[in-house]
Amino acid sequence: MSADSFFVLGVNHKTAPVAVREQLSFSADPEAPFRSLKEIAGCEEFCFLSTCNRVEVVFVASGGQQAVRDIRRFLFASATVTDQEAEEYTYLHQGAEAITHLFRVAASLDSMVVGEPQILGQLKDAYRMAADRQCTGVMINRMLHKAFSVAKRIRTETNIGSSAVSISYAAVELARKIFGDLTNKKVLLVGAGEMAELAAEHLVNQGVSEVIVANRTLERAVKLARRFNGSAVGLNEIHSQLEIADIMVSSTGATGLILHKDEVKPIMKKRRSRPIFMIDIAVPRDLDPGLNDLDSVYLYDVDDLSHVVESNKAERDQEANKAERIVVEETLKLLQWVEDMQLTPTITALRQKADVIVKGELGKTMANIELSKKERKSVEKMAGAIVNKMLHDPLVFLKESSSPEGRQRKLDHVRKMFKLDS
Amino acid sequence: MLFKLTFILYVLALTNYAVFFVSQNKKMRKVARMVLLAAGVVHCVTIGGRYLLAGHTPLTTHHDTVSFFAWSMTWAFLSFRWRYQVKNFGTFVTVVIMALMVVAGLSSTEIQQLPPALRSNWLPIHAAIAIMANGFLAMGFCSGVMYLLQERELKQKRFGLFYPRLPSLEALDSLNQHCLTIGFPLLTLGIITGSIWAKQAWGAYWQWDPKETWSLITWFLYAALLHQRFAIGWRGRRSAIMAIVGFGAVLFTLWGVTYLLPGVHSYVG
Repeated sequence: MSADSFFVLGVNHKTAPVAVREQLSFSADPEAPFRSLKEIAGCEEFCFLSTCNRVEVVFVASGGQQAVRDIRRFLFASATVTDQEAEEYTYLHQGAEAITHLFRVAASLDSMVVGEPQILGQLKDAYRMAADRQCTGVMINRMLHKAFSVAKRIRTETNIGSSAVSISYAAVELARKIFGDLTNKKVLLVGAGEMAELAAEHLVNQGVSEVIVANRTLERAVKLARRFNGSAVGLNEIHSQLEIADIMVSSTGATGLILHKDEVKPIMKKRRSRPIFMIDIAVPRDLDPGLNDLDSVYLYDVDDLSHVVESNKAERDQEANKAERIVVEETLKLLQWVEDMQLTPTITALRQKADVIVKGELGKTMANIELSKKERKSVEKMAGAIVNKMLHDPLVFLKESSSPEGRQRKLDHVRKMFKLDS
Repeated sequence: MLFKLTFILYVLALTNYAVFFVSQNKKMRKVARMVLLAAGVVHCVTIGGRYLLAGHTPLTTHHDTVSFFAWSMTWAFLSFRWRYQVKNFGTFVTVVIMALMVVAGLSSTEIQQLPPALRSNWLPIHAAIAIMANGFLAMGFCSGVMYLLQERELKQKRFGLFYPRLPSLEALDSLNQHCLTIGFPLLTLGIITGSIWAKQAWGAYWQWDPKETWSLITWFLYAALLHQRFAIGWRGRRSAIMAIVGFGAVLFTLWGVTYLLPGVHSYVG
């Protein structure tokens, strides 16, 4: 098995706009992607990751292109784009590049908000889901475990996570530009997911006094509201809550818009035009993009938030550079491991062949001569020693480090020399 | 001479504020503030000198009026500074002060003899109050402009020069409100004192000359703005625009009327 059979194929916030990404939503049936991917011929091992900013498949395919094509079709199955467009929206990494990409994703270097910690948890969950369904093997297991440890190393050795924490951090910064002081402001969470929770946590840390949670299932809303000493309401009460809230964070899994411009217009009158900051972190989007045209309404979706992030990116770049160095270093280490993996079957085959010869020749000789048990043992030992000594130098030669191509050539020579591939 | 010194100090203050605006170096802001304070003090001396030279409150020529306008804006700003701080407000305010100083510098400094009708204690009261009202309304204009700039970047989600430098929308909106809640009563007082003086000088409280009419229009604009703010909740963008429009009316009352619509006020700058 070589590193070249390792691929990452996906769509993220850099390659595709939210309008495209929201068509690739896989939240409806969590089992569906595993079923579909298992059926793809040539896709030997895989791990499927879907977050609001990226959908990607990490997989091992010795066959190559056919599996890549099928997986790309799987990603865009629910979207209305042509194959060619799909190719433009996706990125495909192979071998060392794929390893680097995976490490960068895990370490949050490829995130919209560089350094945000959520992605690592999401990747761990994705891996656990794949492993539970027997979709992973030696390669993916090793790659993902390594990715987790690289992410941990980067987190401890650099300050990458210290300034920006997540999208919610960007949202807080914007809220401060609109409201200044956030004390005595009220936040309305629509949808009680993890993202909403994180955003609320940040806002409460900044002094937001009241949290109102609206959710489809009231039970979950009550649970989240209790965490912030807030109150819970049903989804149908959003309109009346909007009259008093200052910040709205929407993150429902709804497939369509949940709030339209025409509904908010009369509400703004009742609010006496007090500004309202609406944050739409759901993909697909929850809030009508036209809302931003209303006076005193400031609507930001995930893509907009990413621009805010860009603006204070410079200071984080330095830490990111350190992190990138670690990624390069760890990628090389992992490639070494992959090469060692290639080496192992050759060494085993060589030893097996030698053992077979020793056994065969010993058998022939022993049949013809009478020896005591002790003498017999000595002869067997000698035969083994001769073979080991003969093999020692070729094995050292194989294991000696050299460039990947050089190593491949050596492997080919040894396999030919000893006729291991017959 | 004194005027030139004041002028140079204002230029320095503006330069410092401009450098501070771009670099956001806190030391620079401190320097800018000190220079502006110095300019304000020297400006007081300048106006005092004009008083001695004219023998009456120097508010009858165009030069003196606009210079006093700049003075009242400076001190309005400095008094605000003393109460609370608004990020980068100084840069915008000094730009307007500078513009006024340029206008004052370009107009004739010749002393005009005061017609007997106008020799009254109401002159300093009416003119000073009216122009001080203009100072606060001009600050309201600055905050309105800042609000619109900041709002534009927030709405369009393109963050350029202003987003990191300007304060929050809410801070700008309340600044706008503060300026108007001081400026508007002063404007009202200015009109009332003017009316009393008119009765004394000409025998009628109100004669609908263009200056009076335009003051009233300006007053109604601001009255409408404040009414809408407190009754209906007009705020933010709309009141920022209104503050700018209102200040346009202020400027028209000051200049437009004088040069386009001659009336009894016309000999006054």
